[in-house]
Amino acid sequence: MDNLTNVAYINVAYIVAAVLFIMGLKGLSHPRTAVRGNLTGGLAMLLAVVATLFHHGIVDFKCIVGGIAVGAVIGTILAVKIEMTAMPQLVALFNGFGGLASVIVAAAALSENIEATAPDQASTSLSFSIATMASGFIGAVTFFGSLVAFDKLQGLILKKDLRFPGQQFLNGALFLLCLGLAWWGVMTPTSFAPYWLLVLAAFGLGFFLVVAIGGADMPVVIALLNAYSGIAAAATGFVLNNSVLIIAGSLVGASGVILTMIMCKAMNRSLPNVIFGRMGEGGEVASADEVYEGKIKSTSGDEVAMLMDGVQRVLIVPGYGLAVSQAQHAVRDLADLLEEQDITVEFGIHPVAGRMPGHMNVLLAEADIAYDKLIEMDDVNTTIGQVDIAIVIGANDVVNPVARTDPQSPIAGMPIINVDKARTVVVIKRSLSPGFAGIPNPLFAADNTLMLFGDAKKAIHEIIAAVKEGL
Amino acid sequence: MDQTALLISGLTIFMLAIFVGWEVITKVPPTLHTPLMSGSNAISGITIVGALLSSGAGDMTTAKILGMLALVLATVNVVGGFYVTHRMLSMFKKKK
Repeated sequence: MDNLTNVAYINVAYIVAAVLFIMGLKGLSHPRTAVRGNLTGGLAMLLAVVATLFHHGIVDFKCIVGGIAVGAVIGTILAVKIEMTAMPQLVALFNGFGGLASVIVAAAALSENIEATAPDQASTSLSFSIATMASGFIGAVTFFGSLVAFDKLQGLILKKDLRFPGQQFLNGALFLLCLGLAWWGVMTPTSFAPYWLLVLAAFGLGFFLVVAIGGADMPVVIALLNAYSGIAAAATGFVLNNSVLIIAGSLVGASGVILTMIMCKAMNRSLPNVIFGRMGEGGEVASADEVYEGKIKSTSGDEVAMLMDGVQRVLIVPGYGLAVSQAQHAVRDLADLLEEQDITVEFGIHPVAGRMPGHMNVLLAEADIAYDKLIEMDDVNTTIGQVDIAIVIGANDVVNPVARTDPQSPIAGMPIINVDKARTVVVIKRSLSPGFAGIPNPLFAADNTLMLFGDAKKAIHEIIAAVKEGL
Repeated sequence: MDQTALLISGLTIFMLAIFVGWEVITKVPPTLHTPLMSGSNAISGITIVGALLSSGAGDMTTAKILGMLALVLATVNVVGGFYVTHRMLSMFKKKK
């Protein structure tokens, strides 16, 4: 087979792979078809890899087998060992690897190009140079940003969000520096120095952009980094003039952008506000003492169990506290127990509950809770008046009624789950400490609210024991 | 094909793919947003194709060494990403 037909066959395989990627993502539109969808995506990747191996330029298979073996072992270990509660960290880490891979692939292409071109007769095209610089820049921001996100989610070095005066100015300066270095790189396509300097500056930008963001804003950051990793792959596609990279990269980019928008909307904040601003800036808020003084009713597992007697509908609203205390299995036991007594149990999921989009759903699915019991915020709110008992587990800002009632509040206008409209609310929480927004929650002091203080898992076990005793 | 034509066809593909991605992904329900992220993340490991091209070269050049490094990273991304997504999706069950 001559080289030209060979390349044609490879490109046909790439088209098939691209179609399979799209079909795979389409499968994710329903839990029933999602497993098959993901396998379709995997098949597409396999096809793209195998087709590439037929490329005439590939002669050394030892290095390829070695590289793939090492990567596959590391990837498998990570995927098998990870706890479902730690999924945000893992996604951040994988994002980072993808970003760095884009940086290095673009570097390799640039290096080939430099070695093939005699220094005095640069024949490099403008689009190649621009794509290379873009790939290095976006990939490097993704890599370092993801590393910082991983670090924060894992609670390793930088536990708090680091903010200092002039941070915005520094970010702006770093961005301009990156633009300048990219320009230099495009102007001198036979030199390697501008590329690596650009990557270095972009590492810095990725660091300072993400280091300022923390806690409940993490879902936005992870979604955004996801988008970047896709765009970086697409840029690499322009470097190599490879359509399957462009298509797959744009699909991922679109996915990340959509998720970012959903997350921002669920917090009623703009993207720039999440990245550069800070939640809790803004109007006067009532102090915790004013809100809570003398109005908090503390309860016990026994009392909650008694409340459950004879009710029809229970709504459970989980938050990050559920993940922290690994309470998903305890919650499942409680739900099963209540259902045995013909009580309808549903779960109300706020889009930004947890540390990444869909975090709560995965945890509850892990505990064998059927996905048709996980109800979206808007659907929960339409029938909240018929809920006898709403149990809030480790959630705070996403059930804070001031978002609805106080236009001065920093979370004003943020969509919340209106648990305060349920007949009785039980809030399981360690203390009255504020959530990420840093404001007190009048829900805790409401007439129909009982506070069950303690670790989520322990508290739920108490309720379960008490319910069983009463049977 | 000259460089301009390549660039234009690349940009055409890019634009169309973004629209397709937009249409397909807006239909993913919130329940599956985490698997969507990890799965699409695995797809972004498509840079493995570029890594293969560089690391399969015959001579030991800078490009080849870089390619092998990228190959390891992209493989972690691809294998780990698809695997962990599969693990998650297998847990989603309907009411018995």
